[in-house]
Amino acid sequence: MSTVVENPPRAGRSAHRRRAGWLVQTGRILLALLFAGPLLFLFVSSLKPDLQIFADLRSWRAFVPLGHVSFANYSAVFARVPFARFLMNSIGISVLTVVLGLLVNSLAAFALARLQWRGKQLVLTGIIATLILPFETLALPLVWWVNKLPWLTMNGFHLQLTTGWLDTYQVQIIPFVANAFSVYLFYQYFTSIPKELDEAARMDGAGWFRIYRNVVMPLSGPAIATVAILTFLPAWNSYLWPLMVVQSEELRPVMIGIQYFFQLNVSWGQVMAYASMITLPVLALFLAFQKAFIGSIASSGVKG
Amino acid sequence: MAGPAVALLILFIVVPVMLAFVLAFTNARLISPRPATFVGLHNFANLFSDPVFWASLRNTFYFAVVVVPIQAGLALVLALLVNAKVRGTNFFRTVYFVPVVTSMVVVSLLWRFLYQKDGLLNALISAVHPSYAPIDWLNDPRTAMPAIIVMSIWQAVGFHMIIWLSGLQTIPAELYEAGDLDGAVGWKRFRYITWPSLLATRTFILITITIAALSLFTQISVMTQGGPLDSTTTVVYMAVRTGYQQLATGYASAISLVFFVLVLIVSGVQRFLTREKD
Repeated sequence: MSTVVENPPRAGRSAHRRRAGWLVQTGRILLALLFAGPLLFLFVSSLKPDLQIFADLRSWRAFVPLGHVSFANYSAVFARVPFARFLMNSIGISVLTVVLGLLVNSLAAFALARLQWRGKQLVLTGIIATLILPFETLALPLVWWVNKLPWLTMNGFHLQLTTGWLDTYQVQIIPFVANAFSVYLFYQYFTSIPKELDEAARMDGAGWFRIYRNVVMPLSGPAIATVAILTFLPAWNSYLWPLMVVQSEELRPVMIGIQYFFQLNVSWGQVMAYASMITLPVLALFLAFQKAFIGSIASSGVKG
Repeated sequence: MAGPAVALLILFIVVPVMLAFVLAFTNARLISPRPATFVGLHNFANLFSDPVFWASLRNTFYFAVVVVPIQAGLALVLALLVNAKVRGTNFFRTVYFVPVVTSMVVVSLLWRFLYQKDGLLNALISAVHPSYAPIDWLNDPRTAMPAIIVMSIWQAVGFHMIIWLSGLQTIPAELYEAGDLDGAVGWKRFRYITWPSLLATRTFILITITIAALSLFTQISVMTQGGPLDSTTTVVYMAVRTGYQQLATGYASAISLVFFVLVLIVSGVQRFLTREKD
Protein backbone atom coordinates (compact mmCIF):
# COMPACT_ATOMS: atom_id res chain seq x y z
CA MET A 1 0.00 0.00 0.00
CA SER A 2 2.67 2.46 0.94
CA THR A 3 4.98 2.08 -2.00
CA VAL A 4 6.24 5.42 -3.08
CA VAL A 5 7.85 5.52 -6.45
CA GLU A 6 10.64 7.85 -7.29
CA ASN A 7 11.49 8.13 -10.93
CA PRO A 8 14.67 6.31 -11.78
CA PRO A 9 17.26 8.97 -12.55
CA ARG A 10 17.99 9.32 -16.24
CA ALA A 11 21.20 10.37 -17.86
CA GLY A 12 21.37 14.03 -18.86
CA ARG A 13 18.71 15.24 -16.47
CA SER A 14 20.47 14.49 -13.25
CA ALA A 15 21.94 17.97 -12.77
CA HIS A 16 18.52 19.53 -13.22
CA ARG A 17 17.08 16.92 -10.91
CA ARG A 18 19.65 17.61 -8.22
CA ARG A 19 18.88 21.30 -8.30
CA ALA A 20 15.16 20.57 -8.02
CA GLY A 21 15.90 18.30 -5.08
CA TRP A 22 17.81 21.09 -3.42
CA LEU A 23 14.92 23.49 -3.87
CA VAL A 24 12.47 20.99 -2.44
CA GLN A 25 14.67 20.38 0.56
CA THR A 26 15.04 24.12 1.19
CA GLY A 27 11.27 24.47 0.96
CA ARG A 28 10.80 21.69 3.49
CA ILE A 29 13.18 23.33 5.94
CA LEU A 30 11.61 26.79 5.62
CA LEU A 31 8.17 25.30 6.17
CA ALA A 32 9.43 23.37 9.18
CA LEU A 33 10.66 26.65 10.69
CA LEU A 34 7.29 28.23 9.98
CA PHE A 35 5.45 25.42 11.75
CA ALA A 36 7.82 24.92 14.66
CA GLY A 37 8.69 28.60 15.19
CA PRO A 38 5.60 29.82 17.05
CA LEU A 39 5.59 26.81 19.37
CA LEU A 40 9.29 27.12 20.03
CA PHE A 41 8.64 30.76 20.87
CA LEU A 42 5.89 29.66 23.27
CA PHE A 43 8.10 27.27 25.22
CA VAL A 44 11.09 29.62 25.26
CA SER A 45 9.02 32.61 26.40
CA SER A 46 7.47 30.61 29.22
CA LEU A 47 10.92 30.58 30.81
CA LYS A 48 11.49 34.34 30.62
CA PRO A 49 10.23 37.29 32.64
CA ASP A 50 7.84 39.58 30.75
CA LEU A 51 10.39 42.35 30.30
CA GLN A 52 12.81 40.02 28.61
CA ILE A 53 10.17 38.50 26.34
CA PHE A 54 9.53 41.95 24.89
CA ALA A 55 13.20 42.91 24.83
CA ASP A 56 14.09 39.76 22.85
CA LEU A 57 11.36 40.09 20.25
CA ARG A 58 13.39 41.85 17.60
CA SER A 59 16.09 39.23 17.27
CA TRP A 60 16.83 35.55 17.10
CA ARG A 61 17.01 35.62 20.92
CA ALA A 62 13.21 35.35 20.94
CA PHE A 63 13.65 31.69 20.00
CA VAL A 64 16.42 30.68 22.41
CA PRO A 65 16.28 30.37 26.17
CA LEU A 66 19.06 32.84 27.04
CA GLY A 67 19.28 35.57 29.65
CA HIS A 68 17.07 35.56 32.76
CA VAL A 69 15.77 32.05 32.34
CA SER A 70 13.88 30.41 35.20
CA PHE A 71 10.78 28.48 36.15
CA ALA A 72 9.36 31.51 37.95
CA ASN A 73 6.38 31.71 35.60
CA TYR A 74 5.58 28.10 36.31
CA SER A 75 5.54 28.56 40.06
CA ALA A 76 3.39 31.65 39.54
CA VAL A 77 0.90 29.47 37.67
CA PHE A 78 0.65 27.11 40.62
CA ALA A 79 0.09 30.07 42.93
CA ARG A 80 -2.67 31.45 40.76
CA VAL A 81 -4.74 28.40 39.81
CA PRO A 82 -5.33 24.96 41.32
CA PHE A 83 -3.39 23.44 38.47
CA ALA A 84 -3.12 19.93 39.93
CA ARG A 85 -6.90 19.84 40.30
CA PHE A 86 -7.51 21.02 36.73
CA LEU A 87 -5.02 18.49 35.46
CA MET A 88 -6.62 15.59 37.36
CA ASN A 89 -10.04 16.68 36.07
CA SER A 90 -8.84 16.74 32.48
CA ILE A 91 -7.07 13.40 32.79
CA GLY A 92 -10.08 11.80 34.46
CA ILE A 93 -12.56 13.19 31.95
CA SER A 94 -10.44 12.30 28.92
CA VAL A 95 -9.56 8.80 30.10
CA LEU A 96 -13.14 7.95 31.04
CA THR A 97 -14.47 9.29 27.75
CA VAL A 98 -11.91 7.21 25.86
CA VAL A 99 -12.50 3.99 27.83
CA LEU A 100 -16.30 4.18 27.76
CA GLY A 101 -16.19 5.30 24.14
CA LEU A 102 -14.06 2.32 23.11
CA LEU A 103 -16.46 -0.07 24.84
CA VAL A 104 -19.78 1.40 23.72
CA ASN A 105 -18.80 2.17 20.13
CA SER A 106 -17.03 -1.12 19.49
CA LEU A 107 -20.02 -3.06 20.86
CA ALA A 108 -22.34 -1.17 18.54
CA ALA A 109 -20.03 -1.73 15.60
CA PHE A 110 -19.76 -5.42 16.48
CA ALA A 111 -23.54 -5.78 16.42
CA LEU A 112 -23.68 -3.96 13.09
CA ALA A 113 -20.81 -5.75 11.42
CA ARG A 114 -21.03 -9.31 12.77
CA LEU A 115 -24.60 -10.03 13.81
CA GLN A 116 -27.79 -10.48 11.81
CA TRP A 117 -30.83 -8.62 13.05
CA ARG A 118 -33.86 -6.76 11.80
CA GLY A 119 -33.50 -3.08 11.18
CA LYS A 120 -29.71 -3.27 11.14
CA GLN A 121 -29.29 -1.34 7.90
CA LEU A 122 -31.61 1.37 9.16
CA VAL A 123 -29.63 1.81 12.38
CA LEU A 124 -26.34 1.95 10.46
CA THR A 125 -27.70 4.59 8.09
CA GLY A 126 -29.07 6.59 11.02
CA ILE A 127 -25.73 6.52 12.82
CA ILE A 128 -23.83 7.62 9.72
CA ALA A 129 -26.36 10.39 9.07
CA THR A 130 -25.49 12.00 12.40
CA LEU A 131 -21.92 12.43 11.11
CA ILE A 132 -22.69 15.60 9.19
CA LEU A 133 -23.90 17.46 12.27
CA PRO A 134 -21.20 19.71 13.65
CA PHE A 135 -21.24 19.72 17.44
CA GLU A 136 -21.66 23.49 17.38
CA THR A 137 -25.18 23.18 15.98
CA LEU A 138 -26.23 21.01 18.90
CA ALA A 139 -24.39 22.71 21.71
CA LEU A 140 -27.06 25.19 22.76
CA PRO A 141 -30.16 23.01 22.73
CA LEU A 142 -27.96 20.38 24.38
CA VAL A 143 -27.18 22.71 27.28
CA TRP A 144 -30.89 23.25 27.80
CA TRP A 145 -31.51 19.51 27.52
CA VAL A 146 -28.81 18.26 29.93
CA ASN A 147 -30.17 20.73 32.44
CA LYS A 148 -33.39 18.67 32.49
CA LEU A 149 -31.84 15.22 32.77
CA PRO A 150 -32.09 13.13 35.95
CA TRP A 151 -29.06 11.69 37.75
CA LEU A 152 -28.52 9.54 40.84
CA THR A 153 -26.28 11.09 43.46
CA MET A 154 -25.08 9.87 46.83
CA ASN A 155 -26.35 11.88 49.74
CA GLY A 156 -24.52 10.41 52.68
CA PHE A 157 -25.53 6.75 52.35
CA HIS A 158 -28.75 7.48 50.51
CA LEU A 159 -29.08 7.39 46.76
CA GLN A 160 -30.93 10.44 45.67
CA LEU A 161 -32.51 11.34 42.36
CA THR A 162 -31.61 14.84 41.26
CA THR A 163 -32.29 16.76 38.07
CA GLY A 164 -29.95 18.88 36.05
CA TRP A 165 -26.51 17.92 34.86
CA LEU A 166 -25.08 21.40 34.72
CA ASP A 167 -21.90 21.74 36.72
CA THR A 168 -21.05 18.05 37.10
CA TYR A 169 -18.43 15.60 35.87
CA GLN A 170 -20.90 13.42 33.97
CA VAL A 171 -22.00 16.29 31.74
CA GLN A 172 -18.41 16.53 30.53
CA ILE A 173 -18.18 12.80 29.78
CA ILE A 174 -21.41 11.02 28.93
CA PRO A 175 -22.61 13.15 26.00
CA PHE A 176 -19.32 12.38 24.21
CA VAL A 177 -19.12 8.64 24.80
CA ALA A 178 -21.17 7.49 21.83
CA ASN A 179 -19.66 8.80 18.63
CA ALA A 180 -20.88 8.01 15.15
CA PHE A 181 -17.43 8.35 13.65
CA SER A 182 -15.95 5.86 16.13
CA VAL A 183 -18.74 3.39 15.41
CA TYR A 184 -18.05 3.84 11.72
CA LEU A 185 -14.30 3.27 12.08
CA PHE A 186 -14.84 0.13 14.15
CA TYR A 187 -17.50 -1.06 11.73
CA GLN A 188 -15.13 -0.65 8.79
CA TYR A 189 -12.43 -2.56 10.60
CA PHE A 190 -14.67 -5.36 11.87
CA THR A 191 -16.07 -6.09 8.41
CA SER A 192 -12.52 -6.79 7.23
CA ILE A 193 -12.05 -9.60 9.78
CA PRO A 194 -13.00 -12.99 8.26
CA LYS A 195 -16.41 -14.26 9.36
CA GLU A 196 -15.10 -17.83 9.49
CA LEU A 197 -13.47 -16.95 12.80
CA ASP A 198 -16.90 -16.32 14.35
CA GLU A 199 -18.22 -19.62 13.05
CA ALA A 200 -15.25 -21.55 14.38
CA ALA A 201 -15.65 -19.91 17.77
CA ARG A 202 -19.36 -20.63 17.78
CA MET A 203 -18.65 -24.32 17.06
CA ASP A 204 -16.54 -24.28 20.21
CA GLY A 205 -19.57 -23.02 22.09
CA ALA A 206 -18.63 -19.37 22.43
CA GLY A 207 -21.44 -16.83 22.78
CA TRP A 208 -21.49 -13.49 20.98
CA PHE A 209 -19.95 -11.62 23.84
CA ARG A 210 -17.05 -14.07 24.01
CA ILE A 211 -16.51 -13.72 20.27
CA TYR A 212 -16.45 -9.97 20.70
CA ARG A 213 -14.04 -10.10 23.59
CA ASN A 214 -11.77 -12.97 22.63
CA VAL A 215 -11.83 -13.01 18.84
CA VAL A 216 -12.72 -9.66 17.28
CA MET A 217 -11.31 -7.15 19.75
CA PRO A 218 -7.85 -8.74 20.09
CA LEU A 219 -7.51 -8.49 16.30
CA SER A 220 -8.52 -4.83 16.21
CA GLY A 221 -5.50 -3.08 17.69
CA PRO A 222 -5.18 -0.42 14.97
CA ALA A 223 -8.88 0.46 15.13
CA ILE A 224 -8.71 0.70 18.92
CA ALA A 225 -5.68 3.00 18.72
CA THR A 226 -7.38 5.18 16.12
CA VAL A 227 -10.57 5.59 18.10
CA ALA A 228 -8.66 6.16 21.34
CA ILE A 229 -6.62 8.97 19.81
CA LEU A 230 -9.51 10.57 17.98
CA THR A 231 -11.53 10.54 21.22
CA PHE A 232 -8.71 11.70 23.45
CA LEU A 233 -7.69 14.81 21.51
CA PRO A 234 -11.08 16.58 21.48
CA ALA A 235 -11.75 15.52 25.08
CA TRP A 236 -8.47 17.03 26.25
CA ASN A 237 -8.87 20.13 24.09
CA SER A 238 -12.55 20.75 24.77
CA TYR A 239 -13.29 24.37 25.50
CA LEU A 240 -16.72 25.49 24.30
CA TRP A 241 -18.64 22.82 26.20
CA PRO A 242 -17.05 23.16 29.66
CA LEU A 243 -17.23 26.91 29.23
CA MET A 244 -20.99 26.60 28.97
CA VAL A 245 -21.80 23.86 31.46
CA VAL A 246 -19.21 24.05 34.26
CA GLN A 247 -19.23 26.84 36.83
CA SER A 248 -17.44 25.35 39.84
CA GLU A 249 -13.71 25.75 39.93
CA GLU A 250 -13.13 22.26 41.30
CA LEU A 251 -14.79 20.63 38.26
CA ARG A 252 -12.96 22.59 35.58
CA PRO A 253 -10.63 21.09 32.97
CA VAL A 254 -7.27 22.59 32.02
CA MET A 255 -8.35 24.49 28.90
CA ILE A 256 -10.77 26.65 30.89
CA GLY A 257 -7.95 27.53 33.29
CA ILE A 258 -6.55 29.74 30.54
CA GLN A 259 -9.21 32.32 31.37
CA TYR A 260 -7.59 32.94 34.75
CA PHE A 261 -4.64 34.54 33.03
CA PHE A 262 -6.56 37.16 31.17
CA GLN A 263 -7.86 39.16 34.07
CA LEU A 264 -6.69 42.76 34.34
CA ASN A 265 -3.03 42.97 33.46
CA VAL A 266 -1.88 40.03 31.40
CA SER A 267 1.46 38.50 32.32
CA TRP A 268 2.47 36.96 29.03
CA GLY A 269 5.19 34.90 30.68
CA GLN A 270 2.58 33.25 32.88
CA VAL A 271 0.21 32.77 29.97
CA MET A 272 2.97 31.04 28.04
CA ALA A 273 3.86 28.91 31.07
CA TYR A 274 0.28 27.77 31.50
CA ALA A 275 -0.11 27.13 27.78
CA SER A 276 3.11 25.07 27.84
CA MET A 277 1.92 23.05 30.80
CA ILE A 278 -1.30 22.01 29.10
CA THR A 279 0.38 21.40 25.76
CA LEU A 280 3.49 19.46 26.73
CA PRO A 281 1.70 16.33 28.03
CA VAL A 282 -0.15 15.93 24.73
CA LEU A 283 2.97 16.72 22.73
CA ALA A 284 4.90 14.09 24.68
CA LEU A 285 2.14 11.55 24.02
CA PHE A 286 2.20 12.53 20.37
CA LEU A 287 5.95 12.07 20.02
CA ALA A 288 5.81 8.72 21.83
CA PHE A 289 2.97 7.36 19.70
CA GLN A 290 3.71 9.38 16.61
CA LYS A 291 3.21 6.49 14.19
CA ALA A 292 -0.19 5.56 15.60
CA PHE A 293 -1.26 9.20 15.71
CA ILE A 294 -0.46 9.95 12.11
CA GLY A 295 -1.66 6.52 11.01
CA SER A 296 -4.97 7.07 12.73
CA ILE A 297 -5.58 10.40 11.06
CA ALA A 298 -4.65 8.84 7.74
CA SER A 299 -7.06 5.94 8.18
CA SER A 300 -9.82 8.34 9.17
CA GLY A 301 -9.48 9.90 5.76
CA VAL A 302 -9.96 6.64 3.91
CA LYS A 303 -13.70 6.69 3.53
CA GLY A 304 -15.11 6.76 0.05
CA MET B 1 -25.28 -4.70 21.82
CA ALA B 2 -25.81 -1.63 19.71
CA GLY B 3 -28.25 -0.51 22.38
CA PRO B 4 -26.05 1.71 24.55
CA ALA B 5 -24.50 3.55 21.62
CA VAL B 6 -27.82 4.05 19.88
CA ALA B 7 -29.48 5.22 23.10
CA LEU B 8 -26.68 7.70 23.78
CA LEU B 9 -26.71 8.99 20.20
CA ILE B 10 -30.45 9.53 20.40
CA LEU B 11 -30.18 11.19 23.80
CA PHE B 12 -27.31 13.54 22.91
CA ILE B 13 -27.60 14.09 19.17
CA VAL B 14 -31.09 13.31 17.89
CA VAL B 15 -32.96 14.88 20.81
CA PRO B 16 -30.93 18.14 20.73
CA VAL B 17 -31.51 18.42 16.98
CA MET B 18 -35.24 18.04 17.46
CA LEU B 19 -35.09 20.41 20.42
CA ALA B 20 -33.41 23.00 18.23
CA PHE B 21 -36.43 22.80 15.94
CA VAL B 22 -38.87 23.15 18.85
CA LEU B 23 -37.03 25.71 20.98
CA ALA B 24 -36.39 27.98 18.02
CA PHE B 25 -40.10 28.77 18.00
CA THR B 26 -40.29 29.53 21.73
CA ASN B 27 -38.98 32.17 24.08
CA ALA B 28 -37.17 29.55 26.23
CA ARG B 29 -34.43 30.81 28.52
CA LEU B 30 -31.80 28.62 30.12
CA ILE B 31 -32.70 29.62 33.65
CA SER B 32 -36.20 30.95 33.97
CA PRO B 33 -38.98 30.66 36.52
CA ARG B 34 -41.62 30.79 33.77
CA PRO B 35 -42.13 27.96 31.31
CA ALA B 36 -41.32 28.64 27.68
CA THR B 37 -44.14 29.72 25.42
CA PHE B 38 -44.64 29.40 21.70
CA VAL B 39 -43.77 32.58 19.85
CA GLY B 40 -44.02 31.46 16.24
CA LEU B 41 -41.53 33.01 13.85
CA HIS B 42 -40.70 35.82 16.23
CA ASN B 43 -37.07 34.67 16.76
CA PHE B 44 -36.49 34.37 13.04
CA ALA B 45 -38.02 37.77 12.35
CA ASN B 46 -35.70 39.27 14.96
CA LEU B 47 -32.75 37.40 13.56
CA PHE B 48 -33.26 38.43 9.97
CA SER B 49 -33.61 42.07 10.95
CA ASP B 50 -30.47 41.94 13.11
CA PRO B 51 -27.49 43.52 11.33
CA VAL B 52 -25.11 41.50 13.53
CA PHE B 53 -26.59 38.31 12.12
CA TRP B 54 -25.95 39.42 8.54
CA ALA B 55 -22.44 40.51 9.47
CA SER B 56 -21.79 37.13 11.08
CA LEU B 57 -23.15 35.32 8.05
CA ARG B 58 -20.90 37.38 5.78
CA ASN B 59 -17.88 36.76 8.00
CA THR B 60 -18.55 33.04 8.15
CA PHE B 61 -18.67 32.83 4.36
CA TYR B 62 -15.64 35.05 3.98
CA PHE B 63 -13.67 32.75 6.25
CA ALA B 64 -14.86 29.56 4.55
CA VAL B 65 -14.38 30.81 0.99
CA VAL B 66 -10.78 31.79 1.70
CA VAL B 67 -9.80 28.93 4.01
CA VAL B 68 -11.18 25.98 2.05
CA PRO B 69 -9.12 26.34 -1.16
CA ILE B 70 -5.97 27.68 0.49
CA GLN B 71 -5.86 25.09 3.23
CA ALA B 72 -6.67 22.21 0.92
CA GLY B 73 -4.10 23.38 -1.63
CA LEU B 74 -1.35 24.03 0.87
CA ALA B 75 -2.01 20.67 2.51
CA LEU B 76 -1.58 19.00 -0.86
CA VAL B 77 1.71 20.82 -1.46
CA LEU B 78 2.94 19.70 1.95
CA ALA B 79 1.84 16.14 1.27
CA LEU B 80 3.70 16.09 -2.04
CA LEU B 81 6.78 17.52 -0.30
CA VAL B 82 6.87 14.77 2.30
CA ASN B 83 5.67 11.90 0.09
CA ALA B 84 9.13 10.72 -0.80
CA LYS B 85 11.49 8.09 0.39
CA VAL B 86 14.29 10.42 1.29
CA ARG B 87 15.93 10.97 4.61
CA GLY B 88 14.17 13.28 7.01
CA THR B 89 10.70 12.81 5.53
CA ASN B 90 9.40 11.50 8.82
CA PHE B 91 10.87 14.45 10.68
CA PHE B 92 9.13 16.94 8.41
CA ARG B 93 5.81 15.13 8.63
CA THR B 94 6.03 15.28 12.40
CA VAL B 95 6.91 18.97 12.49
CA TYR B 96 4.14 19.97 10.09
CA PHE B 97 1.71 17.97 12.20
CA VAL B 98 2.64 19.40 15.60
CA PRO B 99 0.21 22.38 15.48
CA VAL B 100 -2.67 19.93 14.91
CA VAL B 101 -1.94 18.25 18.22
CA THR B 102 -1.78 21.59 19.98
CA SER B 103 -5.20 22.75 21.14
CA MET B 104 -6.87 25.59 19.28
CA VAL B 105 -7.21 27.48 22.55
CA VAL B 106 -3.45 27.46 23.10
CA VAL B 107 -2.75 28.27 19.47
CA SER B 108 -5.18 31.20 19.54
CA LEU B 109 -3.58 32.56 22.68
CA LEU B 110 -0.11 32.27 21.29
CA TRP B 111 -1.03 33.99 18.06
CA ARG B 112 -2.86 36.69 19.94
CA PHE B 113 0.53 37.60 21.27
CA LEU B 114 2.21 37.29 17.89
CA TYR B 115 -0.38 39.68 16.42
CA GLN B 116 -0.19 42.33 19.16
CA LYS B 117 0.94 45.79 18.21
CA ASP B 118 4.13 45.21 20.22
CA GLY B 119 4.11 41.49 19.41
CA LEU B 120 6.44 39.14 17.58
CA LEU B 121 5.11 39.62 14.05
CA ASN B 122 5.46 43.41 14.04
CA ALA B 123 8.85 43.14 15.75
CA LEU B 124 10.11 40.73 13.09
CA ILE B 125 8.80 42.88 10.23
CA SER B 126 10.31 46.07 11.60
CA ALA B 127 13.62 44.29 12.20
CA VAL B 128 13.99 43.81 8.44
CA HIS B 129 12.04 46.90 7.42
CA PRO B 130 12.88 49.78 9.80
CA SER B 131 10.37 52.34 8.45
CA TYR B 132 7.42 49.97 8.92
CA ALA B 133 4.48 51.31 10.95
CA PRO B 134 3.26 48.50 13.22
CA ILE B 135 -0.26 47.23 12.59
CA ASP B 136 -2.55 46.23 15.43
CA TRP B 137 -3.61 43.13 13.52
CA LEU B 138 -6.51 41.93 15.64
CA ASN B 139 -7.85 45.39 16.47
CA ASP B 140 -8.14 46.63 12.94
CA PRO B 141 -11.37 45.62 11.15
CA ARG B 142 -9.46 45.27 7.90
CA THR B 143 -6.83 42.86 9.18
CA ALA B 144 -8.59 40.98 11.99
CA MET B 145 -10.24 38.30 9.85
CA PRO B 146 -7.23 37.74 7.56
CA ALA B 147 -5.08 37.35 10.67
CA ILE B 148 -7.44 34.70 12.03
CA ILE B 149 -7.47 32.99 8.64
CA VAL B 150 -3.68 32.71 8.51
CA MET B 151 -3.53 31.29 12.02
CA SER B 152 -6.34 28.81 11.40
CA ILE B 153 -4.65 27.47 8.30
CA TRP B 154 -1.36 27.16 10.14
CA GLN B 155 -3.01 25.11 12.88
CA ALA B 156 -5.05 22.67 10.79
CA VAL B 157 -3.17 22.23 7.54
CA GLY B 158 -1.08 19.34 8.90
CA PHE B 159 -4.22 17.31 9.49
CA HIS B 160 -5.22 17.50 5.86
CA MET B 161 -1.66 16.94 4.72
CA ILE B 162 -1.83 13.52 6.37
CA ILE B 163 -5.13 12.75 4.67
CA TRP B 164 -3.76 13.75 1.25
CA LEU B 165 -0.74 11.63 2.04
CA SER B 166 -2.84 8.57 2.76
CA GLY B 167 -4.60 9.17 -0.56
CA LEU B 168 -1.29 9.56 -2.39
CA GLN B 169 -0.03 6.29 -1.01
CA THR B 170 -2.96 4.30 -2.31
CA ILE B 171 -2.07 5.22 -5.91
CA PRO B 172 -0.63 2.06 -7.46
CA ALA B 173 3.05 2.26 -8.38
CA GLU B 174 2.27 0.71 -11.79
CA LEU B 175 0.40 3.85 -12.79
CA TYR B 176 3.51 5.93 -12.33
CA GLU B 177 5.65 3.34 -14.09
CA ALA B 178 3.31 3.34 -17.07
CA GLY B 179 3.27 7.14 -17.06
CA ASP B 180 7.02 7.20 -16.98
CA LEU B 181 7.17 5.19 -20.20
CA ASP B 182 4.81 7.66 -21.83
CA GLY B 183 7.04 10.51 -20.71
CA ALA B 184 4.68 11.87 -18.07
CA VAL B 185 6.92 13.76 -15.67
CA GLY B 186 6.62 16.78 -13.45
CA TRP B 187 3.39 18.67 -13.96
CA LYS B 188 2.00 16.17 -16.49
CA ARG B 189 2.59 13.34 -14.08
CA PHE B 190 0.63 15.22 -11.44
CA ARG B 191 -2.10 16.36 -13.82
CA TYR B 192 -2.84 13.02 -15.48
CA ILE B 193 -1.99 10.45 -12.80
CA THR B 194 -1.94 11.89 -9.29
CA TRP B 195 -4.87 14.32 -9.42
CA PRO B 196 -7.46 11.96 -10.96
CA SER B 197 -6.51 9.23 -8.48
CA LEU B 198 -7.31 11.45 -5.54
CA LEU B 199 -11.03 11.90 -6.19
CA ALA B 200 -12.29 10.24 -2.99
CA THR B 201 -9.67 12.00 -0.86
CA ARG B 202 -10.55 15.30 -2.47
CA THR B 203 -14.21 14.96 -1.61
CA PHE B 204 -13.46 14.03 1.98
CA ILE B 205 -11.05 16.93 2.46
CA LEU B 206 -13.35 19.45 0.85
CA ILE B 207 -16.28 18.50 3.04
CA THR B 208 -14.35 18.26 6.33
CA ILE B 209 -12.60 21.60 5.82
CA THR B 210 -15.84 23.31 4.83
CA ILE B 211 -17.78 22.07 7.85
CA ALA B 212 -14.90 22.98 10.16
CA ALA B 213 -14.63 26.43 8.55
CA LEU B 214 -18.33 27.14 8.89
CA SER B 215 -18.12 26.16 12.58
CA LEU B 216 -15.50 28.81 13.33
CA PHE B 217 -15.74 29.61 17.03
CA THR B 218 -12.76 29.03 19.35
CA GLN B 219 -10.36 31.39 17.58
CA ILE B 220 -12.96 34.14 17.72
CA SER B 221 -13.76 33.51 21.35
CA VAL B 222 -10.12 33.62 22.44
CA MET B 223 -8.74 36.25 20.07
CA THR B 224 -11.31 38.92 19.24
CA GLN B 225 -14.72 38.20 20.83
CA GLY B 226 -16.23 39.06 17.48
CA GLY B 227 -14.65 42.49 17.30
CA PRO B 228 -13.54 44.97 16.21
CA LEU B 229 -16.89 46.33 15.02
CA ASP B 230 -18.26 42.83 14.49
CA SER B 231 -15.70 42.23 11.77
CA THR B 232 -15.02 38.72 13.10
CA THR B 233 -18.37 37.67 14.57
CA THR B 234 -19.43 34.32 13.10
CA VAL B 235 -22.73 32.49 13.15
CA VAL B 236 -21.59 29.99 15.78
CA TYR B 237 -19.96 32.69 17.88
CA MET B 238 -23.16 34.72 17.78
CA ALA B 239 -25.24 31.66 18.72
CA VAL B 240 -23.01 30.86 21.66
CA ARG B 241 -22.91 34.46 22.85
CA THR B 242 -26.69 34.68 22.70
CA GLY B 243 -27.35 31.34 24.30
CA TYR B 244 -24.62 31.28 26.89
CA GLN B 245 -24.07 34.86 27.97
CA GLN B 246 -27.61 36.12 27.50
CA LEU B 247 -29.19 32.75 28.36
CA ALA B 248 -31.65 33.22 25.48
CA THR B 249 -31.96 29.56 24.52
CA GLY B 250 -34.87 30.05 22.14
CA TYR B 251 -33.17 32.76 20.13
CA ALA B 252 -29.87 30.85 20.13
CA SER B 253 -31.69 27.73 18.90
CA ALA B 254 -33.06 29.73 16.00
CA ILE B 255 -29.49 30.75 15.10
CA SER B 256 -28.33 27.13 15.44
CA LEU B 257 -31.13 26.01 13.19
CA VAL B 258 -30.18 28.51 10.51
CA PHE B 259 -26.58 27.35 10.83
CA PHE B 260 -27.60 23.71 10.56
CA VAL B 261 -29.55 24.39 7.37
CA LEU B 262 -26.54 26.30 6.04
CA VAL B 263 -24.18 23.38 6.66
CA LEU B 264 -26.66 20.99 5.11
CA ILE B 265 -27.00 23.08 1.96
CA VAL B 266 -23.28 23.66 1.55
CA SER B 267 -22.29 20.03 2.08
CA GLY B 268 -25.17 18.91 -0.14
CA VAL B 269 -23.96 21.16 -2.95
CA GLN B 270 -20.41 19.90 -2.49
CA ARG B 271 -21.48 16.30 -2.54
CA PHE B 272 -23.36 16.99 -5.75
CA LEU B 273 -20.42 18.74 -7.38
CA THR B 274 -17.89 16.09 -6.40
CA ARG B 275 -20.08 13.05 -7.05
CA GLU B 276 -18.43 10.27 -8.96
CA LYS B 277 -19.35 10.50 -12.58
CA ASP B 278 -19.71 7.12 -14.20
